[in-house]
Amino acid sequence: MKKSLFLGALTVAGLAASAAAAATLDEVKARGKLNCGVTTGLVGFAAPDANGNWEGFDVGVCRAVAAAVLGDPTAVEFVPTTGKTRFTALASGEIDLLARNTTWTFSRDVDLKFTFVGVNYYDGQGFMVPKELGVSSATELDGATVCIQTGTTTELNLADYFRSNNISYEPVPIETNAEAQQQYLAGACDVYTTDASGLAATRATFEAPDEHVLLPEIVSKEPLGPLVRHGDNEWGDIVRWTLNALITAEELGVTSANIADMASAAGNNPEINRLLGTEGTLGEMLGVSADWAKNAIAAGGNYGELFEKNIGEATPIGLARGLNAQWTDGGLLYSPPFR
Amino acid sequence: MSDIHAHSVAFVRDTQLPPAPPPVAETGVVKWLRENLFANWANGLLTIAALYVIYLVASATVPWIVRGVWNTDSLAQCREVLDGVSGACFSVISERWNQLLFGFKYPSELYWRPSLAFAMLFVAAAPVLFFDLPRKLLIFTGLYPFIAFWLIWGGSILTPIVALAGFIIGYFVYERLVTGSFAAGFFGGVATAFAIWFIGGWIIPDGAGLLALEQVPSRDLGGFMLNMMLGVVCVSLSLPLGIALALGRQSNLPLIKGVCVVFIEFVRGVPLITLLFVANVMLSYFFPPGSGVDLFLRVVIMITMFSAAYIAEVIRGGLAALPKGQYEAADSLGLDYPQAMRLIILPQALKISIPGIVNIAVGLFKDTTLVSVISMFDIVGMIRGPILASTEWNGVYWELFMAASVLFFVVCYGISQYSQWLERRLATDHR
Repeated sequence: MKKSLFLGALTVAGLAASAAAAATLDEVKARGKLNCGVTTGLVGFAAPDANGNWEGFDVGVCRAVAAAVLGDPTAVEFVPTTGKTRFTALASGEIDLLARNTTWTFSRDVDLKFTFVGVNYYDGQGFMVPKELGVSSATELDGATVCIQTGTTTELNLADYFRSNNISYEPVPIETNAEAQQQYLAGACDVYTTDASGLAATRATFEAPDEHVLLPEIVSKEPLGPLVRHGDNEWGDIVRWTLNALITAEELGVTSANIADMASAAGNNPEINRLLGTEGTLGEMLGVSADWAKNAIAAGGNYGELFEKNIGEATPIGLARGLNAQWTDGGLLYSPPFR
Repeated sequence: MSDIHAHSVAFVRDTQLPPAPPPVAETGVVKWLRENLFANWANGLLTIAALYVIYLVASATVPWIVRGVWNTDSLAQCREVLDGVSGACFSVISERWNQLLFGFKYPSELYWRPSLAFAMLFVAAAPVLFFDLPRKLLIFTGLYPFIAFWLIWGGSILTPIVALAGFIIGYFVYERLVTGSFAAGFFGGVATAFAIWFIGGWIIPDGAGLLALEQVPSRDLGGFMLNMMLGVVCVSLSLPLGIALALGRQSNLPLIKGVCVVFIEFVRGVPLITLLFVANVMLSYFFPPGSGVDLFLRVVIMITMFSAAYIAEVIRGGLAALPKGQYEAADSLGLDYPQAMRLIILPQALKISIPGIVNIAVGLFKDTTLVSVISMFDIVGMIRGPILASTEWNGVYWELFMAASVLFFVVCYGISQYSQWLERRLATDHR
């Protein structure tokens, strides 16, 4: 039995990866748990608290997908991954979904054979310098030593930006954000560069945040989003539309506070009705229950609530919505319609 | 003669002087200071310089530690309490102590299980480490791995019992067959053990409830517990494997010698971190999803292989240090190879190798922190990942890494003291 299973799995894996992957939804349902890859710890995006419960913005996406598919936001097995192990974990099937502030790039999408289902945070690479350095623009950084995390897109962006501006620099490679903070504070590098959200979070933890400035230049586009393997479009659709449901809910004013009311009976707004399953058969088309979006939104609130609770201005990280506002507020969040 | 003497000397003492105390400069603290710290002007200068450095370090760290805050909820609160004064924020240690010890996923109501296993480790290790203790305690040592497995991972007690039965019955088969030939005994024993495990695994129903403890998957292990487990398991497995490899490398049989040489040279030529990446990343490509070998087991295999290769070379050094006469003496007594090794060669070779073996054991124990790079949450992984990434404690470094180093120092210093005791105890040369 076990041998035939093993041989069967080998054959399937060898001959048709799509056939093995096509059943992700069934696998998740049979397992009763969603295996969701997250970071080993990034302030505001994913970190376990003192009781070992995962919290954060990316964690919110995992919980919403689990709620949509299984009806239970706690039915998630969080698999912590590092920058180096995240892609193999997804490719080998160890995780069903990777929600780990991963930048959507051409080569990751095409060459590594993943499907980015959307963007849950628009970020961009920035620079932080000590105020006493007297630098007001990244173009004045000639000859500076720069702390960068290895194995990330920031490393490549930095090289591109400095080369195109004919600036010389000396990179100081570091492994984690925590290490970078310490190196930067100890003066091992003049500049720390990473995603602007990370810089803001890092600066917020300093003893004297006022002594450091973020330079105005944003040198890259970093659309961060959840991703799945190529080859299982049904599963990709579920994750994509769960994310879209969170964004649409904010646009339509559906919150975790009023969702029970709104979902109890069909209301005046047909799009809300379709979203929450009181009208139409969207859930059925997706292969999940009719109240999937209601569960997803009830899990942690809509996009705006997740943002405010984990990384918004009321938290120590204190990020403004910026590009991540709804398109109606001048941001880039624009979910396709639910119809 | 005496007359002359009496006249030439004005005074002759005829009673003994009472003993006077030695001069101040030649006794007690002053003498010690003079001889050790201020023997000449260069040493005196160095002493003063060293004292000044010690003062600099202590004046910075001692108030920092003494002023430490132990009971706040976040780094921001710590800074409020300290109010601009430099001081440690030990609150992170008091709040996250359990996570540092057990990882963040081990169920907190089950902490007693690994703690009990840890306490029993001392009882189990005692008869191995101190051979003056009654030999009967070794029975408990033999049972300990199975008890510890059951306590830490939970599940039905039938699993460790079947595993134990496989070992015991396999050993009896080996005993019976080994009189014929070693190969028959060895392979017969191994085959029997596997047969028992296979049948046992088939008989035990899934989720059998006999004395079942709540199951904890390997992924939920973490903290210093993980370091201790990896250290203890890998050291105790790699020692016999290392001895076997060292003997194999000296073997006259080309096949065995070749295999051992290739294994040792290959493993020594590869960094441990590469092996760990292979264990974590590459192996999951080779196994179908979900059916791979447990990650903890994969890491144990890799670290054991690694340290066994090093221990083998240390023991080979011990073997090479023995005079040829010892081997010839064993032969002339008519001992066969296992007897000669067991009774004459290995006891001497191992004694010579103790410092080297302990060196590797300590190094191995510290190397277990490398598993943090393959997203296992040992104590360093806990600090670098979840704790520093929480909004409350982002930015606390010294306190956390100090706690980790204190834990490691206690264990490593203990190992080193034991090895020195062992060397004194085994010293048979008359110096």
